[in-house]
Amino acid sequence: MTDTAARTTAPAPPTAEAARAPIKGKIGALIALVVLACLFLLPVYIMVMAGLKPPAQADATHMWELPKEIDFSGMREAWARLSPNFRNSLVIVLPATVVASIIGALNGFVFAKLPFRGANVLFAVMLLGMFIPYQVILIPMVRFLQSIGLYGNLSGLILVHIIYGIPITTLIFRNYYAGIPGEIMEAGQVDGVSNFKIFTHLMVPLSLPGFVVCGIFQVTNIWNDFLFGITVVPNPTEQPITVALNNLSGNFSVQWNTVMSGALLAAIPTALIYILLGRFFVRGMTAGSVK
Amino acid sequence: MSTTTTAAPPPVAKPKPPRRGVFQAEFWRRHGFAFAVLVPSLIVIAIFVYGFIGYSIRVSMSQWQGLLPNLAPRDPLYQTYVDLFNNPRWQADLRNVFVFTFFFLALSVLVGLMLALLVHNALAGAPIFRTIFLFPYSLSFIVTGVVWRWIFTPSAGANLLLQAVGIDPGPKWITDPRVVGDVSTALEAIIPGGDFIQVKLGIPLALLPIVIAASWQLAGFAMATLLAALGTLPDELKEAASLDGAGTWRYHWHIVLPWLRPAIVVILVILGHVSLKSFDLVYAMSGQGPGFATDVPGIFVFEQTFRALRFNLGAAASMIMFLLVAAVIVPYLYRSLVREERS
Repeated sequence: MTDTAARTTAPAPPTAEAARAPIKGKIGALIALVVLACLFLLPVYIMVMAGLKPPAQADATHMWELPKEIDFSGMREAWARLSPNFRNSLVIVLPATVVASIIGALNGFVFAKLPFRGANVLFAVMLLGMFIPYQVILIPMVRFLQSIGLYGNLSGLILVHIIYGIPITTLIFRNYYAGIPGEIMEAGQVDGVSNFKIFTHLMVPLSLPGFVVCGIFQVTNIWNDFLFGITVVPNPTEQPITVALNNLSGNFSVQWNTVMSGALLAAIPTALIYILLGRFFVRGMTAGSVK
Repeated sequence: MSTTTTAAPPPVAKPKPPRRGVFQAEFWRRHGFAFAVLVPSLIVIAIFVYGFIGYSIRVSMSQWQGLLPNLAPRDPLYQTYVDLFNNPRWQADLRNVFVFTFFFLALSVLVGLMLALLVHNALAGAPIFRTIFLFPYSLSFIVTGVVWRWIFTPSAGANLLLQAVGIDPGPKWITDPRVVGDVSTALEAIIPGGDFIQVKLGIPLALLPIVIAASWQLAGFAMATLLAALGTLPDELKEAASLDGAGTWRYHWHIVLPWLRPAIVVILVILGHVSLKSFDLVYAMSGQGPGFATDVPGIFVFEQTFRALRFNLGAAASMIMFLLVAAVIVPYLYRSLVREERS
């Protein structure tokens, strides 16, 4: 008691002036934050506004203007061109995310809760797979997919995303299960329950947040992928939306309001996930930095 | 590479003496599940990561150019690598990726640090600001590239704003072919055989808009990582500092910054390897650029392999990319995982 009293009174006499100085600084910092936030949102403003402008206004010279009228012709045109690719991306993302997450949960459980000698070395060997530049495996990957008849179609792309998703999903679940108290494991082991049952009966029911974090991370990664999409699928109607958007923007006969509407379409799913589930999104993101 | 592919779970590699026969059953009871779960994943990783890298090494030493696979070795085996490093486009790519990485890391870390400190100490609205600054991270590099390409088109976007404040004509941004601060002539005089450098070794101006776009997208990652570290800064440190009469600047310099150093290292490693791998953003925003001013190894590999069908050259370039990334990532993984296990 006396200690806290001493502490609160010691650097005591906070004169009105001294108290006001940090407040002034804080207001200045707040203004700086508002300015920076506006700067950060400028490209988003450009994208959304250009997407909603009539074609005549959606050119370079009127770039910063607000739309004179809201016009959905660019949006309609972009949807007409990109909707098959939007669907492709959905078809790729959902199974690849589910399967990779299940594999990651099993692996992560073993690495976090069933330790054995050399586990961390094996884990590091596995983890390197998520950092490699995928350019280094493209040639054998394409040959492999050709040899099993999956080159050029969505199943091949799904398979590739599952395989190269294993390291990151394992990492996310390893970190997630490491945060679950060891007593739960010990209780199961004392009762002589098999590790498989411990996983399915004790761990899985506790894993919902882990699956949400992992799922969000995988959905975002796979939706935003470009390199696998452009190498595995040469046929434009089978390509994911990122590849189609890049083709659209490289096509000089397409109006800017259409291109920006296309960018908006490609951005909406991951942006929505981010806005609605931001807390989990950040957890998945920081999981990517290993510890 | 061979040691890593054969590194199956170690317990099996050492069969125990027969008198501990009980061990067998005991081993499977304890480790059977771990074994059944991990072995399939490890085999898949061994093949699709390490085996495939091995195959790419082989392709890089082969004569394979054109549609039909030809794995006959070149003589000498490393000849494609010699060709690669004598290729002016590849020389430009290496220059570009190093210049890009340097500026991108500097800008992202500085902006991230500034944002983190501002948001951490914000009078109000911290969650909203954090959400806004991290938002670009959720987007695809292609979306970012398409939007920023328009902003940095000389006849549009950024230059319209500059005109409004009297700067006309504005910079040529992604269409600027100039390379400033060329040191190649100076180097040729010093390094024996330095005349094999066929590009200007300086800063390609067209890269700077891409640095800005990339930092826009990833400074939020730096901010979020630093905010997490700031959240664990003990209050006692701040109190001790204020008791010592340390001002805001001294407090940040002597206490906050050292506290953030591990987080900054993580950011440098993660963003550094992203930068060395960069492909999508540059591909969508400017492609090769004027005179390969914005070309990067990622684009080189893709185009040499899948457009020009020079498979051996593309594979050799991808190996150099891999080695660059491995030089950053392997020490990082070693420090955070392997050394931790030993201690």
